[in-house]
Amino acid sequence: MKVLVPVKRVIDANVKIRVKADQTGVETANVKMAMNPFCEIAVEEAVRMKEAGTASEVVIVSAGAAQAQETIRTGLAMGADRGVLIQSEAALEPLAVAKLLKAVVEKEGADLVLMGKQAIDGDNNQTGQMLAALLGWPQGTFISKLEKNDSGIKVTREVDGGLEILDLKMPAVLTVDLRLNEPRYASLPNIMKAKKKTIDTFSPEDLGVDVSPRLETIKVVAPPPRKAGVMVDSVAALVDKLRNEAKVI
Amino acid sequence: MDFALSTEQRLLVESLRAFVDQELYPHEAEVERTGELRPELIERIKAKAIEQGFYAANMPEELGGGGLDHVSTALLERELGKASFALQSIVGRPSNILQACAGDQVERYLLPTVRGERLECLAMTEPGAGSDLRAMTTRAEPDGSGPDGKGYVINGAKHFISEAERADFTILFAVTGVEETARGPRKKITAFLVDMGTPGFEVRRGPTPVSHRGHHPCELIFTDCRIGADQVLGEVGRGFEVANTWLGATRIWVAANCVGRAQRALDLAVEWAATRKQFGQTIGRFQGTSFKLADMATEIAAAEFLTLHAAWKLGQGAMTDQDAAMAKLYASEMLGRVTDHAVQIYGGMGLMEDLPLERLWRDARVERIWDGTSEIQRHIISRALLRPHGG
Ligand SMILES: Cc1cc2nc3c(=O)[nH]c(=O)nc-3n(C[C@H](O)[C@H](O)[C@H](O)COP(=O)(O)OP(=O)(O)OC[C@H]3O[C@@H](n4cnc5c(N)ncnc54)[C@H](O)[C@@H]3O)c2cc1C
Repeated sequence: MKVLVPVKRVIDANVKIRVKADQTGVETANVKMAMNPFCEIAVEEAVRMKEAGTASEVVIVSAGAAQAQETIRTGLAMGADRGVLIQSEAALEPLAVAKLLKAVVEKEGADLVLMGKQAIDGDNNQTGQMLAALLGWPQGTFISKLEKNDSGIKVTREVDGGLEILDLKMPAVLTVDLRLNEPRYASLPNIMKAKKKTIDTFSPEDLGVDVSPRLETIKVVAPPPRKAGVMVDSVAALVDKLRNEAKVI
Repeated sequence: MDFALSTEQRLLVESLRAFVDQELYPHEAEVERTGELRPELIERIKAKAIEQGFYAANMPEELGGGGLDHVSTALLERELGKASFALQSIVGRPSNILQACAGDQVERYLLPTVRGERLECLAMTEPGAGSDLRAMTTRAEPDGSGPDGKGYVINGAKHFISEAERADFTILFAVTGVEETARGPRKKITAFLVDMGTPGFEVRRGPTPVSHRGHHPCELIFTDCRIGADQVLGEVGRGFEVANTWLGATRIWVAANCVGRAQRALDLAVEWAATRKQFGQTIGRFQGTSFKLADMATEIAAAEFLTLHAAWKLGQGAMTDQDAAMAKLYASEMLGRVTDHAVQIYGGMGLMEDLPLERLWRDARVERIWDGTSEIQRHIISRALLRPHGG
């Protein structure tokens, strides 16, 4: 089984995000970048499948600027086999990324796409679903557990009301949630091996995909600072405030 | 000139940061509180370090080590240097001098140390011989009592010896004779490999230093301790030459530790300056605070460049004693200033044991003393300047 893991290069989760003065987006100059944490979880799961013998090959794919190579290398150092970079300096919207990924899935003949449920930059939570729709494949989103069986794949989804268990036919698209696993950090021998692994580069044109934007960003503003809370001295006071001030109970 | 890190170096730094964050930082408070390393903790960190390939990463691949180039080793030392010294010491980086092992010594001492099965310590300093190592009085005399009719009998004492409590053997420097030189008689020093538990060799804990809790310098006492002639490391009478060949780079690693620790202190100080409010604004808005931060960042960058440059020259086979001395001198003194400023920026909180800062400040102090004091480093640098002029 060939597993494809799309990964996104985003601003490191520990960096405090600042909106650019001209309100066109967030500041990315001189800011530490890293692999989206949900993508890391997807890479980890794919590498575990490889180690367990359920996956035969793990291919990392990223769409973005040339530096996305670094993010792919991080995945290769975790244990993936090779990489594909779809290089585009233009900002890519979820639908464009889904179309690019569809082209790579078909080119590679992948059996399973394992990806993050969302990227922590835009928090869009769209690409996996769109990809599944474009491919006409079953999808399992927000998964916290996965088990390969003879007929397909059994996944546990984290939904609002609790857990939902689905049996999916293969091929499928899965988007992973936080509790699926704890991603490893690369070992020195794997870091040394990562450099020798190949990364093939394509452009959106090579894949025949039109990535021109369909959305227009009017402006980006920081959320208003949160007001300080108040301490109440008793449960009765809290209930009173909730009932009479906030009017929520 | 290329200052960029390679892909491997970038990945190594990322991975080391995760290791330090997940495996070392969480245990710092315990080590500071108890002053000890629990055996289970040592086992756990060591196992993880071996699994990650960080253990003995400094040693060549053909010996089973990680095969890091010197700049990468400096980056490793910088990242590990951020954590408690006692904890980061568990991630073994065998002393390079063990590469002088020959014959049976390779299997007996070098390879098991690279594999993490044995641990070494390095014993030079004595109560009467610190900066002036040649003043040492521990002596090893040829003694016909060994199985092959050769061997040595050792008498004397070493102090301030790191890791001796945990170590399985020591690399010992002792006097084996006197030679006549143009400047008068001079002691001949030989390096030996001596196993803990050899009759006549006792290890005991010495006084507790203010820096690096959980890391206990020890006293080594030799009373008619008999060892074989096959335990000489390198050539008889040429111990300092062996040390100079293999230990010159140690000062770069000390410098790299200092750079890492200073970066941690700066990060803490910046965070505090950006959030602590007095007189209605964050203290970072007062120039008295912000200019300190600017100086700290600048000095850290300068020390880092000196350190990585010395490591790079080492890799080129072009490092001089003064390159390593300058890096060690500047980085260790910089760390003293940076941690002191950081405490000042924190105010009273900077002195409290609940935060890592007071420890970084205490720990900084030893760096100007061990592996050659600041004065000795200045001596090395100034002699290199003046010697060509006959001064
Ligand atoms: C925690 C700790 C761990 C250690 N671990 C080890 C270890 O594992 N193995 C080991 O062998 N040693 C170890 N040492 C010893 C360390 O290397 C020595 O402390 C150091 O070399 C200085 O020697 P000293 O303490 O005897 O000071 P001294 O040499 O007595 O120096 C006292 C002062 O005189 C100054 N001075 C001396 N000579 C000169 C000069 N020529 N010009 C100008 N000033 C001079 C010094 O700079 C210093 O300020 C350790 C020390 C400590 C504190």
